[in-house]
Amino acid sequence: MPPWLDDFLWTYQNLVHALGINGLLALSMYVVLAVGQLSLGQAAFMGLGAYSSALMTLKLKLPFLLVLPLSAVVPVAFALAIGVPTLRLSGVYLAIATIGLGEVLRAVYLNVDLFGGALGLSGIPERGEAWMIYGLLALAVLALWLVGRSGIGRAMEAMREDETAAQVMGVPVGRYKMGALLASAVLAGLAGCLSAHVSSFIGPNEYGFEPAVTILSYVLLGGIGTPLAPVLGAWVLTLLPELLRGFSDIRLVLNGVIIVLAVLFLPGGLLGMRMKRRAA
Amino acid sequence: MLAQQLVNGVLLGATYALFALGFTLMFGVLRVINLTYGFYFSAGALVALWLARSLGWPVWAALPAAAVASGVLAVVLDWVLLTRLRRIQAPELSSLMVTLGGVLALYSALTSWLGPDIRRLPPEAISAEAFQVGDIRITAAQLLILAATAVLVGGLLLLMRGTRLGLAIRAMAEKPDAAQLMGINTGQAAALVSFISGCLAGAGGVLIGLNFNAIHPYMGEQMMLRGFVVIIVGGLGDIRGALLAGLALGVIEVLTAGFVSSSLKEAVAFLILVAVLWTRPSGLFGRAVMRRA
Repeated sequence: MPPWLDDFLWTYQNLVHALGINGLLALSMYVVLAVGQLSLGQAAFMGLGAYSSALMTLKLKLPFLLVLPLSAVVPVAFALAIGVPTLRLSGVYLAIATIGLGEVLRAVYLNVDLFGGALGLSGIPERGEAWMIYGLLALAVLALWLVGRSGIGRAMEAMREDETAAQVMGVPVGRYKMGALLASAVLAGLAGCLSAHVSSFIGPNEYGFEPAVTILSYVLLGGIGTPLAPVLGAWVLTLLPELLRGFSDIRLVLNGVIIVLAVLFLPGGLLGMRMKRRAA
Repeated sequence: MLAQQLVNGVLLGATYALFALGFTLMFGVLRVINLTYGFYFSAGALVALWLARSLGWPVWAALPAAAVASGVLAVVLDWVLLTRLRRIQAPELSSLMVTLGGVLALYSALTSWLGPDIRRLPPEAISAEAFQVGDIRITAAQLLILAATAVLVGGLLLLMRGTRLGLAIRAMAEKPDAAQLMGINTGQAAALVSFISGCLAGAGGVLIGLNFNAIHPYMGEQMMLRGFVVIIVGGLGDIRGALLAGLALGVIEVLTAGFVSSSLKEAVAFLILVAVLWTRPSGLFGRAVMRRA
């Protein structure tokens, strides 16, 4: 590696990590929105992945290559417990239950000694590497792109536009919704594990309401036309406060305003292109 | 000990019921899960705090003023965020997302303006007197909470059941188009519902601030979880259900904190929510689930 590149990466290490991790989180929101559901549990799933993986590393001393895949287990279990009852109902229930999950987990992290209370868990060995983050991100984009181009992608788009009509046409709506929620939990769990193992510290307030809404703003800015769009949305919103130092105080205000404007005036997002698909 | 806990639980539950009442009314009539609702709760408490601190108002006078201020805020925000979506008849998730973005912007702006610290009401705003009835001790603040809740809930029920305006609002909840064809000014009625809901949330904020004597910008966000639990357990849009479920949640929380563990208290609401969603998703008093495509 040439020395200037080494220098650059060292200086901007945190930013490089954050871009990749936020990209994964944006994808985790994308898969749910792509089937017309709204889950606000991404931050909560991320927290579950972060805390469970940190405990596996710190208490059980497992190797990282085992911890990373296992970090998806706990988020998936919670996604099942919430998804099974709510996905049968109208979309509002999933949104409500996932907001509730985030709030209650914060209280649990704060009050249970195992999770370190308000101080969180620190001294997590920095075993995550940039290549792991970007490798996973590339894999996820590729996989979602392939799914999106296939018949399943067509079915997902149909569900998003008109769920009843899709069901009448024989789309197994319930199974796809559940699948999307589980995929979302896996992606967010992995992102949580990686972020815990690059920053060496996690705390209870990193996975609450604000990050949950911020993740939504990535996807609403980018749009859900293709899997790349939400990743770009995440990058823009992660870089913006870095470039405009003065904005970092009102970063969250800006995210909120972006959501409002995107929903009201840009329903397709900034990159509202649609995926090309051969006629069936 | 048990009797005292029950009294405390009922008082807490009365405030939860008050908060959830406005939330469920808003959903029942306007058909929107409006996430800015929690913000009116914070706003009410902060306005009352300002009146008590800077102008030296007693709490019983600051309470109605703060409620009205929150109500006006609710009408304005509803107009800014939701008018356009209503006109194009956007799906319910769009309005949910818009209010979500709105509330994030509002909370962050408020926090960067006032700071996240917990503030307290000045001691002279409410008398510290307490009344002893047998083993039970009731403070003046608790009496005010009880009286305010009773007046507001009674007033709401009277309005909804006893006046033509209430009839119009109920007709709108049933079927907005038909109500409009019958000559009801639905725009005006919707604004009135927003105002009433905002008032209830603001009053709830003042009362919770009084109960725990802790006021901070994000208090509404923490209240929203309780609001969700109460309106889902009581059935979305069901006023009687919200009242009963609110009282029950307050009592259960206080009893859990008193007899099991106070760290479990925060999780109780959510456990109830998940249990109800698994077993009776239309709420304890709800009719069979209707699916609106």
